[in-house]
Amino acid sequence: MAHAPREIILAKNLGFQYVGAPRAAIQGIDLSIKENEFILLTGPSGCGKTSLCRCLNGLIPNFYQGEWTGELLVDNLSVTTQLTSELSRRVGYVFQNPENQLFALTVEKDIAFGPENLGLSREQIRQRVDEAMNVTGTLPLKDLAPYELSGGQQQRVALAGVLAMKPSVIVLDEPTSFLDPRTAEDVMRATDDLREGLGLTIVVVEHRLDLVARYAERIVVMDGGKIVADGNLEETLDEKFDLLEGLGVGVPRVSLLWTMLRRDGLVSGKVPTHVESAALSLGGMMNQ
Amino acid sequence: MITLEKVFFTYRSGQTALQDIDLNIVGGDFIAIMGENGAGKTTLAKHLNGLLKPSQGRVLVDGEDTRKVSVAKLSRKVGLVFQNPDHLLFSETVKDEVAFGLKNFGFAPDVVDSQVVRTLEALGLAEYAETSPFLLSGGERKRVALAAILATEPDYLILDEPTIGQDYRQKERLRNFILQLYSQGKAVVMITHDVEFVAESNPKVILLSQGRIVARGPADSVLSKDELVRRASLVRPQMSRLFSELTKYGLPGDVVDVHRARLLLEEKLSEAKVRVPQNS
Repeated sequence: MAHAPREIILAKNLGFQYVGAPRAAIQGIDLSIKENEFILLTGPSGCGKTSLCRCLNGLIPNFYQGEWTGELLVDNLSVTTQLTSELSRRVGYVFQNPENQLFALTVEKDIAFGPENLGLSREQIRQRVDEAMNVTGTLPLKDLAPYELSGGQQQRVALAGVLAMKPSVIVLDEPTSFLDPRTAEDVMRATDDLREGLGLTIVVVEHRLDLVARYAERIVVMDGGKIVADGNLEETLDEKFDLLEGLGVGVPRVSLLWTMLRRDGLVSGKVPTHVESAALSLGGMMNQ
Repeated sequence: MITLEKVFFTYRSGQTALQDIDLNIVGGDFIAIMGENGAGKTTLAKHLNGLLKPSQGRVLVDGEDTRKVSVAKLSRKVGLVFQNPDHLLFSETVKDEVAFGLKNFGFAPDVVDSQVVRTLEALGLAEYAETSPFLLSGGERKRVALAAILATEPDYLILDEPTIGQDYRQKERLRNFILQLYSQGKAVVMITHDVEFVAESNPKVILLSQGRIVARGPADSVLSKDELVRRASLVRPQMSRLFSELTKYGLPGDVVDVHRARLLLEEKLSEAKVRVPQNS
């Protein structure tokens, strides 16, 4: 079918300033996100990326006080007039530290907590929990206590708890920072599988591009509360490398290497975003 | 010097977290402790300032057994910055937070003030002196927690995952700061699984896996060994993965940082006379 993907998030001139803060956390945000996109949201520490994410599921303005400007629609619902419960069904949020999110006595109960509060039937709850455990590979953990799990397992349980709410959008705020690199890769892969398999929209907040570059087609870069770049990830790395580097975005090391060699006039062509493509290009040149 | 002699540690649950750890930390050292989630890294760190005592073996801090000295006394020598800044922060302003430890140690008010200003400036936090730590971003709060410990100028600084939530610029700042400290003769130990940060900072690496030290050595030699790195659930740095594809062109296989990679490739590509016109 060739119908255009639905717009799931639309921000128009969105801004927010926390009570007591010297300046706005975000301002003049115009952003449109289509269904099934995988977006990397990045920018220097304190640039407003977490605040923007808090708006997406209504944590701002419902739980944080401050001054709101502009408009934000999630699934055509206005965030300022909707109940948080309605929004949290649509936008799931996975926090940086999974320990902050898990609290029940067993993994299974933790995952069931969300659906139980939606007023669903027993069977419906059962089905949602089983489904969420299946797709996140947490079924073997169901009777364990969350604190008995490793960081990677906890992060997957947090993801399952969010999935059981059947959201359309999942926001992951630096989901891999507490995980060792191998587990971090697993979590990112599992997230991308969910996007593909369930048609979800994924927003990942991350400083390190190397982890996400393989999955995200689009990058949104923030600085000083504003969006300063928004586009295809590979093109943005190629065309706006200096801007990204200047902002302290953790560009993949192979991209940095290539840019330095290109400045020296030793290589030409597009900046590679992963090791494999860099190895291929450099190998090709040395074969000549 | 901090000395760990045949240290074993078993939690009350019966879970063994450290086995047979021998380690010396002296002034001027810069050490990265790496390993998988649950490898025992944080448990090891907590032994360095006496928060945990070994079940077997012993830990000596400047010759004193940590079982016989109070944590309060040890903490004047050994500063431990936790992974989660919120375990540490409680004051109303950033300035008070950083002053707290100093006041506790009995420094004169004017010394406290000047030390607070100096530390906040060094960590890029001066503009937040009067702000509540809880209004800051996660990355900024983490720097406040670091500042609070640094201000007391411990001889041994232990950092648990200092790069989490920090952008690249902050990481460079942190790197320079660490460099300054160990060149002044302090010891810096960081626990991390940030392989790229380690690759570019070149500390001595101690690789832990399931509570045991499985490798120790310079960052480039440890991080370029695929089997070891996998065993500790890490991923080799991008440069290492790139250069193992390029060894067939006569390039070395133990490159982990981008600057060495650049020098080697510049030489190689110039000699291969594949110079192409600059395209920008």
